[in-house]
Amino acid sequence: MSEQVVVEQISQELLLSYYKKMLELRDFELKVQELYRNGMLPGFVHLYVGEEAVAVGVCSHLETPDLVFSTHRGHGHALAKGVPAGVVLAELWGKTTGSSGGRGGSMHMYAPEYGFMGTNGIVGAPIPLATGGALSAKLRKKGHVVVCFFGEGAVNSGSFHEAVNMGAVWDLPCIYVCENNLYATEMAFKRATKNTSVASRAAAYGMRGVAVDGQDVVAVHTAAEEAIRLARNGEGPTLIECKTYRYVGHHEGDPGTDYRTRDEVQQWKAQDPVKLARKRLLESGLDENKIKAADAEVEKTINDAVEFAQNSPEPSADSVTDFVY
Amino acid sequence: MAEQGRVITYADAGVEALYEEMGRDKSIVYIGQGIGPRGGNFRQTRGLWKEYGDDRLRDTGICELGATGVAIGAAMAGTRTIVDEVFLDFALEAITQIVQQAANISYMSNGKIKAPVLVRGAMGAVRNAGAHHSHTFYNWFANTPGLKVVLPSNPYDLKGLFKSSLREPGPVVFIEHKSLYNTKGVVPEGDYLVPLGDARIIREGKDLTIIAMSRMVDLATKAAAVLEKDGVSAEVIDPRTIVPLDRKKITDSIKKTGRLVVIDESPSYCSFAGELLAIAVEDCFDELKTTPQRICSLPVPNPFSPVLENQMIPTVDRIVSEVHEMMKKPRRRS
Repeated sequence: MSEQVVVEQISQELLLSYYKKMLELRDFELKVQELYRNGMLPGFVHLYVGEEAVAVGVCSHLETPDLVFSTHRGHGHALAKGVPAGVVLAELWGKTTGSSGGRGGSMHMYAPEYGFMGTNGIVGAPIPLATGGALSAKLRKKGHVVVCFFGEGAVNSGSFHEAVNMGAVWDLPCIYVCENNLYATEMAFKRATKNTSVASRAAAYGMRGVAVDGQDVVAVHTAAEEAIRLARNGEGPTLIECKTYRYVGHHEGDPGTDYRTRDEVQQWKAQDPVKLARKRLLESGLDENKIKAADAEVEKTINDAVEFAQNSPEPSADSVTDFVY
Repeated sequence: MAEQGRVITYADAGVEALYEEMGRDKSIVYIGQGIGPRGGNFRQTRGLWKEYGDDRLRDTGICELGATGVAIGAAMAGTRTIVDEVFLDFALEAITQIVQQAANISYMSNGKIKAPVLVRGAMGAVRNAGAHHSHTFYNWFANTPGLKVVLPSNPYDLKGLFKSSLREPGPVVFIEHKSLYNTKGVVPEGDYLVPLGDARIIREGKDLTIIAMSRMVDLATKAAAVLEKDGVSAEVIDPRTIVPLDRKKITDSIKKTGRLVVIDESPSYCSFAGELLAIAVEDCFDELKTTPQRICSLPVPNPFSPVLENQMIPTVDRIVSEVHEMMKKPRRRS
C-alpha cells in the first residue's frame, strides 16, 4: 500500500525554529478568532488551529520560487511560506496593505512574491492548478517544486482524480499534501468513502504515497524532505497523507460539536503539535529561557501584525473596477 | 476583404497562427485531447506536433476539468498555455476552473497574478450532431468579468484574432464554429494582428443594421445581398469579439440606419442578442425608427432530425422575410 516513513532526528536548533513557527501560526489564528468574534473582521474565516505541524514541516524545505497552492483553511500555509503576518491579517481586514489589497480576503489571498499562489474558496480546485504550476516548473528546468495542500474532503472530487493522474503520468515536480483532519465540514471521511487511507490511493495513479502523523512536525519534515528531493530530482510527485485534526469548527461560527464528540477533540488536543515540540525541546536539554524568548518573539510578531493591519487604509471605493482584466 | 494572401481554410488559418506564435513565444504550451500526432479532431493543430514536439503539444486523456485547471495553473506560474476543449460543449466539464479561477485571478490577486490562458473550443450546429455537441453558449462566458470572448467568422479574422489573443495578459475564450472549419478565405502569410474590440463592417448600408456573429455572419451577408435586390440597403457588422465589444462602431451604425436586427445562433432569452438590443435602446433611442429585433435559434436543445434542426436555427429566408416585415412598419414617432 503506502510506504512507511522512518522519522529522522533533527537538530535542537531546527526543532526550536519549527516550534516558534508553529506557535506563530497558532497564535495568529487565535488572534483572528478573537478579532472575528468581536466583529472586527468581515467575511468568513476557516482556522488552522491544530494542523500547524503540516504547513511548517512541509514549507520549511521550500525556497521562495517554489510554489504553494492552498485551501480555504490557508492562513497557516501563507505564514509558513513566508508571507508576513501583518500582510495576511491586513488581507483578512480588507485593507490595501493585505496580500490582495483587500480584493481577496481569507479564501482568495495571493502573494506570488513569496511563492504563495493562493488560498482557494473551491475545494479541490487548487489540485489541477498546482499540477499546472508543476508543469510550468518542469518546463523551466530550474529544479523548482510545487506543493499542493488539500483536505481529505477534496480527495473524493473529480479535480483530485484528474489532476494527480496528470501529475503522475507527466512526472511533475508536485508534492500533494493531504491534511486528513477526518471531517469535510461535518462529513466524517469514513461516511464519505470506503477506503479511508488517502495514501493508498497513490497506487491507483502509479505514484508514491506515504502516510505520517501530522501532529508530529519531525515526521512531516521527514516525509516532505524525501518527497521534495525526489521532485527536484525529476522523479515525479508524491502523495503525503498527514493525519491531523482541527480543534475548531469548520468555520468560525460552527461549534464543531454536532458531528464530533468532546472526547475525540480532547484526545487530539492531547497530541498537540506545539506542545509536543515544546516537550521534546525540554527533554533534549534546551534551556527553558530560550523557549520563553521564542514565545515572546511570537507574541510581538502577532501584536505588531494587529497594529499594522488595524492602522492600514481601506481601499478607495473608486478602485472597484481595477485589475479585472 | 481586399487583403493580399493565399486562399486557405479557416482550420488552416488557425494552424498558421499557432505555428507562428509558438515559434515567436517559446513558452506557449498546447494542452488537449488528440492535438498531438493526430493533429486535432478538426485538423486544428495539423503538423504542429511534428514541429514543436511532446513537451509543447501535450495530449491528455479525457479529463477537461483537470486539463483546463492544469493549463490555468501553468499560466498563473508564467507559462502561456492553450487548452483545447475541442467541442465547446466539453468546456462545461471545466467551467468551474474557467470562471472561478482563470477569470477571477487577476482581480483576486490585486493584479499580481495573471493567467495568460487561451481556452479554445468549437461551437455550433454542424451535420446534425445533436444536443450534446452543438451548443453555442458564448454569452455565458461574456457574462463573466475577467474573460475575453472571441468569435472569428472567417479565416482572415481567425488568424489575426488568434495571434492577438495569444498576446493577451489574461484569459481568452476563443470560440470557433465547427461548420466553418472547411470554409476558405484569403489569408496573408506571416504576421498580422486583428485587435480585440474592433468590429468589422462587412458591408455598408443605409436602411438597417444587421449584426451577426460567427457562422451567422455568412447568413447575414447572404440575406443582405437578397435584400439589396429587393431595394433594401443593409449594413452588416461582425463584432468579431463580444468582450471587449466595439460599442462605438455598432452604435454609430444603428444611429445612421435607425433600424437594428441581430442574428444569433444562441436562443434569445438572456442572450448576447438581447445585450445588443439593450445597447441600441440605451445609446440610440432617439434615432431608432422602429423596435430593434433579434432573430435567434428557437429555445430548444439542438434536435438530431435535420428537419427539426433546420427549423431551430436562423436561415437566410427567415432573415429576409423578417427584415421585410420590419421595413413595412410605420416609422415610430419620437
